[in-house]
Amino acid sequence: MSARVHALVERTYRHESRRVLATLIRRLGDFDLAEEALHDAFMAAVDQWPREGIPDNPRAWLVTAGRFKAIDRLRRRARFDTSLEKLAERLDEAPPGRGDPADVDAVEDDRLRLIFTCCHPALTASARVALTLREVCGLTTEQIAHAFLTRPATVAQRIVRAKAKIRDAGIPYQVPEASELSERLESVLSVIYLVFNEGYTASVGDRMTCGELAEESIRLGRLLLDLLPDPEVMGLLALMLLHEARRVSRTSVAGEPVLLADQDRCLWDRAMIDEGQTLIERAFATGEVGPYTLQAAIVAEHAGAASAEQTDWSRIVGLYDVLLQASPSPIVELNRAVAVAMRDGPEAGLALVDALLASGELADYRLAHAARADLCHRLGDDERARIAYRQALHLSEQLPERAFLERRLAELGDITVPETTTPHPEEEGGASRS
Amino acid sequence: MKYLCLVYSDEELLHSLPESPRDEECLAYAESVQSSGRLIAGEALAPVQTATTVRVRTGKTTVTDGPFAETKEQLAGFYMVEARDLNEALNIAAGIPAARVGSIEVRPVRELDVPARPAAAGDPR
Repeated sequence: MSARVHALVERTYRHESRRVLATLIRRLGDFDLAEEALHDAFMAAVDQWPREGIPDNPRAWLVTAGRFKAIDRLRRRARFDTSLEKLAERLDEAPPGRGDPADVDAVEDDRLRLIFTCCHPALTASARVALTLREVCGLTTEQIAHAFLTRPATVAQRIVRAKAKIRDAGIPYQVPEASELSERLESVLSVIYLVFNEGYTASVGDRMTCGELAEESIRLGRLLLDLLPDPEVMGLLALMLLHEARRVSRTSVAGEPVLLADQDRCLWDRAMIDEGQTLIERAFATGEVGPYTLQAAIVAEHAGAASAEQTDWSRIVGLYDVLLQASPSPIVELNRAVAVAMRDGPEAGLALVDALLASGELADYRLAHAARADLCHRLGDDERARIAYRQALHLSEQLPERAFLERRLAELGDITVPETTTPHPEEEGGASRS
Repeated sequence: MKYLCLVYSDEELLHSLPESPRDEECLAYAESVQSSGRLIAGEALAPVQTATTVRVRTGKTTVTDGPFAETKEQLAGFYMVEARDLNEALNIAAGIPAARVGSIEVRPVRELDVPARPAAAGDPR
């Protein structure tokens, strides 16, 4: 009996703890107090459910228990700080009303409130990511630190500072009004995509993929789509699914990156690709096509092609043209240049890449030099290719990518390095947005 | 003439030196200027970690964490506003015409930490 109840409490924790937390933050008006209350509520459940039976609505029970526990805590602290007594009284008197945790709409609104608050633009990007993974996804600070190759103390400090800013600067716990929604949604989408990209290509260190972060960001994308079916949410989820579908084929057994043209397309996850394509169609059908949807559409072109040669490069260049209008960025121009090289030949692509490098914006971007190297090589100019590969190698900090660049250099007869390889803006949307 | 007296200091030192002012002293001085009929408004600000900066460029509002950092920029004016929360304050800030060429730093006003006493009409904070 008790083992069964314990299992149920554990399962409830897994499925409901983030919802209960989201509602408690609204009811209590404070992140830390809500977290303590969440902890207390589950302790109470472990204690009481085996004796008193499982409540009909465990979530509502937990919210109510958490709220009472928080009021108790405030009353105890009020002995030392009298200002807390008033707060405890106010919380005690707050009517349940629409905040009733049995009210499904209210609970879903709370989850959205939590997402928008954690992704508020008045917080730094790194704080938004840490706070979202901690509060919305329920990851521990150790897990977040591990995924981002940083120390748990650093992550913990970011979260503490972010919560302090939310409290002290008066960042409200609410879903933005319609007039602000699209701008604020951009910030939420960029946090999710940042998490995904960190999982997709770690920019430093010796690992190429970090599957857990990618899975977590896709889960977040699905949650957001459930809560807010905006076309760009569809676009972002599609983009992540389409990239993720190729995970296995993206690295060799030795851990080095494999270029799109050389990937084994049989390894691609067709179910994920189909789901991504369906989402893109849904997004296009709304008539509001944004940058994420356009990037997803570009990746979908690749995913749908039988080989690099059979890819519709004209359509891809066209999609890049629209993307550049919606969201101008030198990296998008670089990717477009690579697509132009595939459509019109390396000379046309090289002219565009050289113009971009001359403008100075991408001078320190390793993939721009790698793209230039590849185009020079295709034009038979291996001397210039070697110089560009060396430049890319000089700028690369990622071990598998360095190995790839070194192998490329050795293949071109470069004697300054023993082994060879080169990354390359993949001939597609690329996982980096800007 | 009206004058604005701006208080600058190293936040680390503002409250920690032997000669650092205590909130009671700040309030007492504000009250003395008030009673001389010369105080229009005066407030202490929350620490710089609570700052958010708003800029409007080509019609798009960008909001960033932290105070304005361009050393080329000089203080050109101020608005003290009553807002429900930071979002409302940021909206008002984004509407300030100078946000199109400069930066608007938005920071909460801080209540001075002095013992409670009965409030009197026209009492400065």
